[in-house]
Amino acid sequence: MESEKSRNGANHFENVPCPFCGILCDDLDIGPSGNGLKVLKNGCVKSVAGFERPLSEPKPQIDGKDVTLDEAIAAAASLIKESRLPIFGGLGTDVDGIRAAIALAEKGGGIVDHALSDGQYRNFRVLQSSGWVLTTLTEARNRADLFIVAGSDIHKHHPRFFERIVCNEASMFADNPPKRTVVFLGDQLDQSAAKGKRIGEVLSLPAQPDRIAEILDAMRAMNKGGTISGDSIGGLPRAAVEDLLARCKAASYGVIVWAPPSLTFPNADLTVQAISEFVKEINLASRFAGLSLGGHDGATSAGAVCSWQSGYPLRVSYASGKPDYDPERYSANRLLAAKEADLLLWLSSFSPDIKEPASDVTTIFLGAPGIKPSRTPKVYIPVGTPGVDHAGTMVRVDNVVSLPLRQLRQSTLPRAADVLEKIEAAL
Amino acid sequence: MLIKLTGGKVYDPANGVDGEVRDIFIENGRIVSPDPNAKVAHEYALHGRVIMAGGIDPHSHIGGGKMTIARMMLPEDHMHDTVARTDLTRAGVGHAVPSTMLTGYRYAEMGYTAAFEPAMLPANARQAHMEMADTSIIDKGAFVMLGSDDFFLRQLAGKKDFSAIKDYIAWTMHAAQAIAVKVVNPGGISAFKFNQRKLDLNEKHVYYGVTPRDIIVTLARGLKELGVVHPLHIHGCNLGVPGGFETTLDTIKGAEGLPIHLTHIQFHSYGTEGDLKFSSAAAPIAEAINDNPNVSCDVGQVMFGQTCTASGDSMRQFVTSRSATPKKWVVMDIECDAGCGVVPFKYRDKSFVNALQWAIGLELFLLVNDPWRLFLTTDHPNGGPFTWYPHLIRLLMDKAFRNDMMQKINPDALKYSTLASLDREYSLYEIAIMTRAGPARSLGLKDRGHLGVGAWADITVYDDNPDREAMFTTPELLFKNGELIVRNGKIIKVVNGATHVARPSYDPSIEKSLKPYFDDYHTIRMDNFRLSDDEIINGGRGSLIIQPTGARVA
Repeated sequence: MESEKSRNGANHFENVPCPFCGILCDDLDIGPSGNGLKVLKNGCVKSVAGFERPLSEPKPQIDGKDVTLDEAIAAAASLIKESRLPIFGGLGTDVDGIRAAIALAEKGGGIVDHALSDGQYRNFRVLQSSGWVLTTLTEARNRADLFIVAGSDIHKHHPRFFERIVCNEASMFADNPPKRTVVFLGDQLDQSAAKGKRIGEVLSLPAQPDRIAEILDAMRAMNKGGTISGDSIGGLPRAAVEDLLARCKAASYGVIVWAPPSLTFPNADLTVQAISEFVKEINLASRFAGLSLGGHDGATSAGAVCSWQSGYPLRVSYASGKPDYDPERYSANRLLAAKEADLLLWLSSFSPDIKEPASDVTTIFLGAPGIKPSRTPKVYIPVGTPGVDHAGTMVRVDNVVSLPLRQLRQSTLPRAADVLEKIEAAL
Repeated sequence: MLIKLTGGKVYDPANGVDGEVRDIFIENGRIVSPDPNAKVAHEYALHGRVIMAGGIDPHSHIGGGKMTIARMMLPEDHMHDTVARTDLTRAGVGHAVPSTMLTGYRYAEMGYTAAFEPAMLPANARQAHMEMADTSIIDKGAFVMLGSDDFFLRQLAGKKDFSAIKDYIAWTMHAAQAIAVKVVNPGGISAFKFNQRKLDLNEKHVYYGVTPRDIIVTLARGLKELGVVHPLHIHGCNLGVPGGFETTLDTIKGAEGLPIHLTHIQFHSYGTEGDLKFSSAAAPIAEAINDNPNVSCDVGQVMFGQTCTASGDSMRQFVTSRSATPKKWVVMDIECDAGCGVVPFKYRDKSFVNALQWAIGLELFLLVNDPWRLFLTTDHPNGGPFTWYPHLIRLLMDKAFRNDMMQKINPDALKYSTLASLDREYSLYEIAIMTRAGPARSLGLKDRGHLGVGAWADITVYDDNPDREAMFTTPELLFKNGELIVRNGKIIKVVNGATHVARPSYDPSIEKSLKPYFDDYHTIRMDNFRLSDDEIINGGRGSLIIQPTGARVA
């Protein structure tokens, strides 16, 4: 491959896809550094933390004592066999890892869910009840003249989103592309990244996150010719809301951005729905689109693979043999809290911030080194990180583009997919 | 190991065999002509049975982002048809947008051995192939979508050298691992992003200044000169629009004799007569197809019941969204590359419009003379799920059954269609052309779709049941590459199908324009955009079959 050049005898990788947040930037340069890797170009706080995590190769464990991989696999298989209702959760892995987890859940008669499903379900509920008009990263990067950031701390979730999608200097449709307006709709949002040649006005509309839906619903009603009374709408001055609607209508291509993991208040799916219905309304006359972000830790891949293999976006139970779907009942968090499940297989290979749910349930923990169990699991199996220790594929947050992940170093850490397949074979 | 299929009635149109009683021998996955003294290891006595090559669906949306959006969107549809895992097969869901593994099982159980995803966006190719990799048993392939992607439109508007355009077409087929090229609402998906709401055949794209006709002719000529066997696969302008048949006739005329394939032509055969300004124009469309041997088509038959429409045509799907049933839908602008629209839909037999759509599709089947140029599809799942095929075959083969079905639909619809006056009944030989030999020839599948010596042994054995729906629903036997996969309509062995691709030649210097284009505008690098063979093969789970292309002209 042309992009793989050798410098000073050590591997230097160019155009490396990064699996450590949902937007999967693929323009990183990475080289060796001592026992580990160093991000040489186009890094961010998340990619540096992920790629530069030192390589360690711990042994699998049972009850905290070192064992062989085969012993750990046999123990995991017998726990699943004996389990009345196992949960296959976390699922912070790549497409092949998800595929193997679903196959194992089918055979083990368990439930499939992802660590970040609460966030994803703020979107899935809208898709399943009313739908939306969306755009994707490249389309927004080239086309949008208005960005509205809705109640989400995008810069924290995606440290390079503004650099790559909003502040990019080149645009496909103009040699000197017009400046963009960026509206921060929500309080305490980090606006520091909205700067540079492409950025024109930056507007701050400090709405409470749980009132954003009210504002968008009012804008939709006003656009339909309805009357909204009062001097303030959703806590914002009426004039500010009217001005925002006017800007939306005047935009040649407006994009409203949200990150479901940021919308942590109750019933936030209704806010996503209000955003989506407003976007549909504007599209009756001009063009506008939503852009949903998030999708960390393989969440988008897990939702996609589970949907194409089972028909449902996670929260599927194979207890009866058939895929049974219930987005409330089969939430891993709820099942563990209600003590309805008696075994948790947890898989996490990207972020140490993702923790298995607090529970005293017997746990099989598949984790990349550096991702520590919160409590000593019954069985611990270290696995590699996709895109670092082995190749793989991930689906980007817009559910359109998938990226080929690369192996950047040699390690003895197995692929989670291989471990899961071996557990399945041992059932 | 030599296998003998003894005494069946063979329908093998590619070799001119029309129901003759013949023995077929299989060895090492292929049909052979053995030494007369060779020892037969296993014999199947198939006297009175009907034998055809495995079915080939040339247009079925089985993999890619829009299908998975549809799957996520419609849990209530799946819940009526959930399937448990067995020791052999995986769990899944069926009906309108089946899960991937089940899609493969149900095609195989219906006697099919291949299906082709017709709308793979280059930007979504990796996911489409991952979904197809998870589609069990059958072989698959995909048509990559061009014509609303900005690189091509920039080439066309910038009057780039035609050979560079051909290089780009061929490069994209390689990069996306495609066997053919499709254009959807030519230029219209891009125009919609600029807020154009319709784009007629000779209307200019507001930004690029090119017309759908320019796009069609450029792509059709490009593919011909690249030696790609399947002609440009065209989802035309004005899908579903009353009066759209005139656009279809103009598209045929505008092709200037170049080979073209008009897909789901039923949706493009609507007239404007009558009180509701909606009528059948199947007759003039069929006449044009009969008169123009450069044109092939598939029907996209509508079937009554719940389904989900899923298309690259964001412009038209945004309009269709008003009729979404249930009331939810998705439209997307995608990656300066394409778009999509997913709109669930319920075709009702008592609805004038839906009944007429049903009638128009059947009229087209019955009025187009040459089954080598007309393929049996429902545009799964847009007109209805592919599991309707046996019913559709009976409608075509059995006039009395067709009359019975006509009694159930909105009676006014028949006033605006010639269906009731058509007496044609398809023969088994014609069905074999439309569902096997024709698609194989059109797609350029070497050694598939026929039963001659040297062909791969993809073979379906049916009971010769006069109820053709029952016959085609439950084949007695299905062989895939010589292995017995289905017995009495049930899977007895699971294999992984292959992926068919075509690789016309290109000048690699096209990457000198593509690389900076990706670097400057895209959010993925050119090297990462390209799908490698290893990704398809994925440690032996998949395999590639590179189909031959003709010599490139200039």
